[in-house]
Amino acid sequence: MPKDGGIGASTVRREDIRFLTGKGRYTADINLRGQAYACFLRSEVAHGRINRIDTAEARAMPGVLAVMTGADFAAMGGNPAGWHIPSRNGEAMKEPKRPVLAHGKVRHVGDAYAVVVAETLEQARDAAGAVVADITELPAVVDMAQAVANPDLRVHDEIANNVCFDWGWIEDNRAAVDAAFKTAPHVTTLELVNNRLVPNAMEPRASIGDYDPGTGDYKLYTTSQNPHLSRLLISAFVMGIPENKLTVIAPDVGGGFGSKIYHYGEEAAVLAASRALNRPVKWVADRSESFLSDAHGRDHVTRIELATDLEGNFLALRTETLANVGAYLSNFATATPTFLHGTLMAGPYRTPLVYVNVKAVFTNTAPVDAYRGAGRPEATFSIERVVDKMCRELKLDPVAVRRKNLIQPDQYPYTTPVGLVYDTGNYPATLDKLIEIADFSGFEARRAESARRGKLRGLGLSTWIEACGIAPSNLVGVLGARVGLYDAATVRVNATGNISVMTGAHSHGQGHETVFAQIVSDKLGIPASSIDIVHGDTSKIPFGMGSYGSRSLAVGGSAMVKAVDKIIAKGKKIAAHMLEAAEGDIVFEDGKFSVTGTDKSKTFGEIAFSAYVPHNYPLESLEPGLEETAFYDPANFTYPAGAYACEVEVDAETGRVEVVGFACADDFGNVMNPMIVNGQVHGGVAQGIGQALLEAAAYDDNGQLLTGSYMDYAMPRADDLPMFTVDHSCNTPCTHNPLGVKGCGEAGAIGSPPAVVNAVIDALHRGGHTHVTHIDMPLTPSRVWSAIQN
Amino acid sequence: MQLTEQRDIKADPAAVWAAILNPEILMACVPGCESMTGTAETGFEAVVVQKVGPVKARFTGVVTLSDIVPGQSLRISGEGKGGPAGFARGGAHVTLTEIPGGTRLSYDVEASVGGKLAQLGSRLIDGFARKMADDFFERFQQTVEGPAETADGTAEGAEPKGGENDPGGGEKKKGWLKRIIG
Repeated sequence: MPKDGGIGASTVRREDIRFLTGKGRYTADINLRGQAYACFLRSEVAHGRINRIDTAEARAMPGVLAVMTGADFAAMGGNPAGWHIPSRNGEAMKEPKRPVLAHGKVRHVGDAYAVVVAETLEQARDAAGAVVADITELPAVVDMAQAVANPDLRVHDEIANNVCFDWGWIEDNRAAVDAAFKTAPHVTTLELVNNRLVPNAMEPRASIGDYDPGTGDYKLYTTSQNPHLSRLLISAFVMGIPENKLTVIAPDVGGGFGSKIYHYGEEAAVLAASRALNRPVKWVADRSESFLSDAHGRDHVTRIELATDLEGNFLALRTETLANVGAYLSNFATATPTFLHGTLMAGPYRTPLVYVNVKAVFTNTAPVDAYRGAGRPEATFSIERVVDKMCRELKLDPVAVRRKNLIQPDQYPYTTPVGLVYDTGNYPATLDKLIEIADFSGFEARRAESARRGKLRGLGLSTWIEACGIAPSNLVGVLGARVGLYDAATVRVNATGNISVMTGAHSHGQGHETVFAQIVSDKLGIPASSIDIVHGDTSKIPFGMGSYGSRSLAVGGSAMVKAVDKIIAKGKKIAAHMLEAAEGDIVFEDGKFSVTGTDKSKTFGEIAFSAYVPHNYPLESLEPGLEETAFYDPANFTYPAGAYACEVEVDAETGRVEVVGFACADDFGNVMNPMIVNGQVHGGVAQGIGQALLEAAAYDDNGQLLTGSYMDYAMPRADDLPMFTVDHSCNTPCTHNPLGVKGCGEAGAIGSPPAVVNAVIDALHRGGHTHVTHIDMPLTPSRVWSAIQN
Repeated sequence: MQLTEQRDIKADPAAVWAAILNPEILMACVPGCESMTGTAETGFEAVVVQKVGPVKARFTGVVTLSDIVPGQSLRISGEGKGGPAGFARGGAHVTLTEIPGGTRLSYDVEASVGGKLAQLGSRLIDGFARKMADDFFERFQQTVEGPAETADGTAEGAEPKGGENDPGGGEKKKGWLKRIIG
């Protein structure tokens, strides 16, 4: 039984009170005295040479304080890529400078090339309309195949064929994989598109730059999942502001899904404008700007081949992928299609030989980077679709085929052929659980009932794995990361016994303030209501690497637990002094420090008070105060895994797909708050169904974003989704972090798209439309109907 | 977006050709045109007000005539900047062929938009561009046929065909009726 409000309790989210009553404080809610307003000018063409930007008329307009263009930032550094990915021939990757504002050329629709700052937002917008940009439109390259094939079309003049890198993983295995394909009894080939998505966080990006001319200190309020990364990049790469003169504050943030991990040029621009004007400068993106300039997600074109014997045993897997990185490299853009994708191509299976090739391609489109799942949904989709296709080709049961290829519970630690070591798991258990909770045995009756109503019913399956807790510095360093990926926390016990926890993880919807307090409460035996979780402010938090890659609990939470352990150790020292006992005789339990075998004890509150009122401390051996900081860098990734089933009804007359059932059997390791975990899975699955059926970012041949508003970009709504059946009882605790947790934030978006598509293909086959072997996402009525009609 | 259409005009090719090169006629035919100055040789500067879906803007731009084969074919291109609304540009390759009773005017139109127009109005652009082209050539036909119908009755033979080709030919039917009465 979980302790009341402790680990394992479905504690109601404390932050929801302020969110639901309109008391949240987002960047747009912050108004500083004397603030001015920024409006960015964004390219209307996908590719163009900037001949001249005439700002004279705009500068003369009422209220205008400054107009800055790319030229004003030309001397500043570029916004760098966080990972270096060499090509398989050993060449370094191509890293064109990503300037604060476009200079010389604009490279995608939405590329900001100037900023107007005025007394009011309206004045800034009016003046922006008066800036005359003489931009010669150049041919745009939008399609990746064309970008690679046509040497005359270049996003960056210095990069022929627009290839950032041509990566092979693992190169040493390539010959063996190719040989296995030559002799394989059966090869299934599938060409597929992982559709480009717009992240669509509920809160658009916003930033306020606030320079203090008195102290020379800069403050940046910004919509970030990762305020320390923004500070690091602005300090060390872009503007050169010393870190001790720059504070980055990410207050309440309304969703990110990856798009707010990164540093964006607008952040540097408002800081520079604030410095120039000696007053705060605020910018809030409108929804159109979000569509155009937030880092998009996915956008892979993949050819995958699976070699098997005739019984469906996997022998080898080979993929070739073109991964769109857009016009510039966003911070994680090079890691997402490689080390978050290629290293996962073994999936949960014992495939002995795997070789992955990824070419990252520049195009005249918005930058593409990690979006909920980040590389792992692409890997899972490719694997689960080709496995399903193979089962149909060989007329094998998709459940039985998966079951016999899954890594078995006694095989851990399991070394994959793509460089990872899975520490623990039980994939057959989640598959069995799925079959139970999705009621596979009742499917035939449900199918018959659907048929009576003229609908085709199908059941689709996906068994998936991901690497989460994006951290181990030792490992990611080998893989090309230019930063360390640990996390940090400070636990400050105040004199009256309440606690402030400063965590490097950032909550932008996840519920950290609730869950992290539950954990500290559980560990220290004091009520959660006495524990405050502080995040999102670089001046308060020791350091942090933010929240993404389902890492907050596994890495940030572990750092917090380490700091709590240090608090307990210090408390024992203090208790030993107060109780006149040996430190080794002190035990800490249920919020009390006791001398073992006696009835002598001190409460946590007494220890805390004593720490700050150290009247008779032996000061040479016992330091006053009760505050501890810990950094945590794990030994390995964590490996959440699960089995998902989707049930659909297809209307063959119209091609409309309705998801009528969705079940998830997940292994997230130990679960801290089941209600929050359920919510994370629900959200992830909703996004996965959105990708599978509704969402697609479409550019025309000229690089104009055609899906630039909700008129044309379809988001999933409540009536597009069924009730989800979610189970996380089959958990195998992570072996290398103190909480035994694995991470749950991205799972739903990773496991669900192939389950949906497999279900639709299954429905069509059961309806006799056996010529349909694949339909690219999103499975709109038009695409499904066209596939049926062949 | 691209479209190919043709329509038969009851006027001889020389008259149609002269009309195409006439800025006053061009201005009268461009829907929403507030002003147009310039010459066929140097190009025209135009101000056009148009609304595409949710985006209404005043476009300032240039109209140029190129690839001119006198009496036979030319290309009309226009590009307008609508400030914060984005830009629109389009072109029509126009070919004149003499037919009994008049001139067959064939046109291949292409149009594209950028900026807010593309992001907010993309689903409306095809229909919008088709309507713009139809309006332009409809007005052009009316303008050219206007003087032709009083000049002589040669257009009468081609009339029923023109009526069939143009579902929105209410205006023209009136002209035909007027001519009979006249």
